[in-house]
Amino acid sequence: MNLLLKLLPLALFAALAGFLAKGLTLDPAELPSPLIDKPAPGIVVAQLPRSPDQSIDDEFNSEALRGQVWVLNVWASWCGPCVQEHPYLVSLAQQRDLPLVGLNYKDQPGDAQQWLARLGDPFTYLLDDRRGDVGLDWGVYGVPETFIIDHQGRVRYKHVGPVDEAALLEQLIPIIDDLQKEAG
Amino acid sequence: MRFSSLTLIVALLAGLHAPHWAAAADELVAFDDPDQRQMYYALLKEYRCLKCQNQNLADSNASLAGDLRREIRDQILAGKGQSDIDEYLVARYGEFVLYRPRFGGKTAVLWIAPFALLIIALGGMVLMVRHRKQAMGEGVRIVQAESQEQLNARLEKAKRLLED
Repeated sequence: MNLLLKLLPLALFAALAGFLAKGLTLDPAELPSPLIDKPAPGIVVAQLPRSPDQSIDDEFNSEALRGQVWVLNVWASWCGPCVQEHPYLVSLAQQRDLPLVGLNYKDQPGDAQQWLARLGDPFTYLLDDRRGDVGLDWGVYGVPETFIIDHQGRVRYKHVGPVDEAALLEQLIPIIDDLQKEAG
Repeated sequence: MRFSSLTLIVALLAGLHAPHWAAAADELVAFDDPDQRQMYYALLKEYRCLKCQNQNLADSNASLAGDLRREIRDQILAGKGQSDIDEYLVARYGEFVLYRPRFGGKTAVLWIAPFALLIIALGGMVLMVRHRKQAMGEGVRIVQAESQEQLNARLEKAKRLLED
């Protein structure tokens, strides 16, 4: 009993040190999204043409993607890390057959078009969110952000910050494969 | 020269003390109702800017904070109350957006832990004090239990020691 009592402070210290050590490995900028496993906010928004002389009359409606697993990538031409991430999105579009929706967030259409012409365009749909309203609905707080939505229209995964090789191969692709299997 | 540099310092210090919501002042915020206006500025201090996590929405210059200010203003103008706006923000950004998280589920530990620790600490202290009192009481009883002769013998011994 006495020995236990004497060891108590040591045990408390070990527990505290454990929590602090865990805290060191966490990134405070990465917040858990409350959207995970919840129905994805609906998107009804104008599409951005791929070049200035083109025009798209149809609005994009996310309801049209129900029944499919799809990816939403929030990006902007003013966003530095998006350049870093871009090759991996291009690679994702080549490796997997699914709608890759690019949400052009708080950007100028001309800048966005030039940016895609320069770096390549992996997007199935390109959406115009000039005012950032769609971004607000999806709880976007740092660009780039990448969401995976399942065939029932629920958000299943969110990646904050640029997708790198590890994130693509160890997170995005395995999750997409699982969800596509789930969808049957 | 001396005077003008002093004025400069005073001016700079005064600048540091400008109202914190000065960042929000670059937007045109029109409220006809003074209550709504007051609510707007009060609420901006209750929400965290997700982009720069140690600033509130009033302080932050991030463009996300600007969007959220606009959204909050629109909701206030539409007659929404604080709980509606809390709900709107929490649904999108999680409980973390509130500087004073609501009680429930995930935040229960946050609210309860400090009081639980206080109670544990107080309980431990009471136990320790009681334990010590008991030990002291026993000591007194041992002394009382000694017979008069034993006490006299001790007294003699002490005297002898002092004489040496």
